[in-house]
Amino acid sequence: MTLPLQPTLSHYLVLGAFLFAISVVGIFLNRRNVIILLMAIELMLLAVNLNFIAFSYYLGDSAGQVFVFFILTVAAAESAIGLAILVLLFRNVGSIDVEDLGRLKG
Amino acid sequence: MNIQPFLFYAFALILLCAALLVVISRNPVHAALWLVLSFFSAAAVWLLLQAEFLAIALVLVYVGAVMVLFLFVVMMLDVNFAKMRERFRSYIPVGATVGILVVVEMALVLIGGYLSPAAVQNPAPSPPNFSNTRMLGLQIYTDYAYPFEIAAVILLVAIIAAIALTHRTRRESKYQNPADQVKVRSRDRLRVLQMPSEKKGQ
Repeated sequence: MTLPLQPTLSHYLVLGAFLFAISVVGIFLNRRNVIILLMAIELMLLAVNLNFIAFSYYLGDSAGQVFVFFILTVAAAESAIGLAILVLLFRNVGSIDVEDLGRLKG
Repeated sequence: MNIQPFLFYAFALILLCAALLVVISRNPVHAALWLVLSFFSAAAVWLLLQAEFLAIALVLVYVGAVMVLFLFVVMMLDVNFAKMRERFRSYIPVGATVGILVVVEMALVLIGGYLSPAAVQNPAPSPPNFSNTRMLGLQIYTDYAYPFEIAAVILLVAIIAAIALTHRTRRESKYQNPADQVKVRSRDRLRVLQMPSEKKGQ
C-alpha cells in the first residue's frame, strides 16, 4: 500500500536543497571563521551526495553511488588540507580570520 | 503499515535541525558535535535509500576520522571565538536573502515539472540476496578502476601536503645530519696549537 506521505524522489531532492541552502546561509553568516566555513562546505557536499544517492536509487543506476564514493574521498582530502592550512594560519598569524589568509603569502 | 515514511521524516527533521545548529552555534566545539549528529542522520537517510555501504562509510570515515580531526583542531587552537562573532548579526539579512533565493530557485526547478511525481516510480525492492557492497566493489574494481587509482593518488597527495604544510623542524631535538657527517674534514674537528715549551721544574 502506498501512503500519501510515502517519500518520493522529490522529497529527497527537497531535503538536499534545504540542506544546501542552510550551508550557503552558514557560509554567509560565519564568513570570518574558517573552521565553520569548512564545516559548511562539508554540509554542502553532504547535500550533493544525498542528491546523487537519491537519483541512483530511483533511477536504478549504481553509477551515482560510485560517484558518491569518489566525492567522499576528495572531500576527506580537502578537509585534511584545509585544516592543515588552518593550523598554519593560526601558527603564523595568531587568528583564524578569513581576512588574515592573505598574510600567508610568502 | 509501512514505517519507512515516518523514519524518513524523523531523520530529515533531525538532519535539518542539526545542520541549522551547526551554522548558528556560538561554540565551534558544539558546531562540530552538531555536524556529527547531522552526519549520523544523513547516514540513516542513505540507509533508507538502500545505500548501505556508503552509509557505513559515512559514519566510519566522517564521524570517525574527519570530525575527530575537526574537534582536535578546534580544541588545539586557542582562538577568541566570541570576538569573531561580533558582526554575526549584521550578516543575517544578506545570509537570509541568499538562503531564501536558493530555496526558491531549487523549488522552481523541482516543482516546475522536470520531476513530476508520476515520472519517477518507486523502484522495485531488490532481491533478498542482493549485496550493495558487492555491487559497488564490482563497479569500482572494473569500470572505475582508473578513477579509483586517481582517488588513491589524491589521498596520497593530501597526506604529503598536510605533513609538508604543518611539519616544522624542532630545534631541541638531537638528531644526526648524515650529509654534515660525510662532508666533515679533519680541520673542522681538530685544531693544532703552537705553544712555546716551558722549563721543567718551575
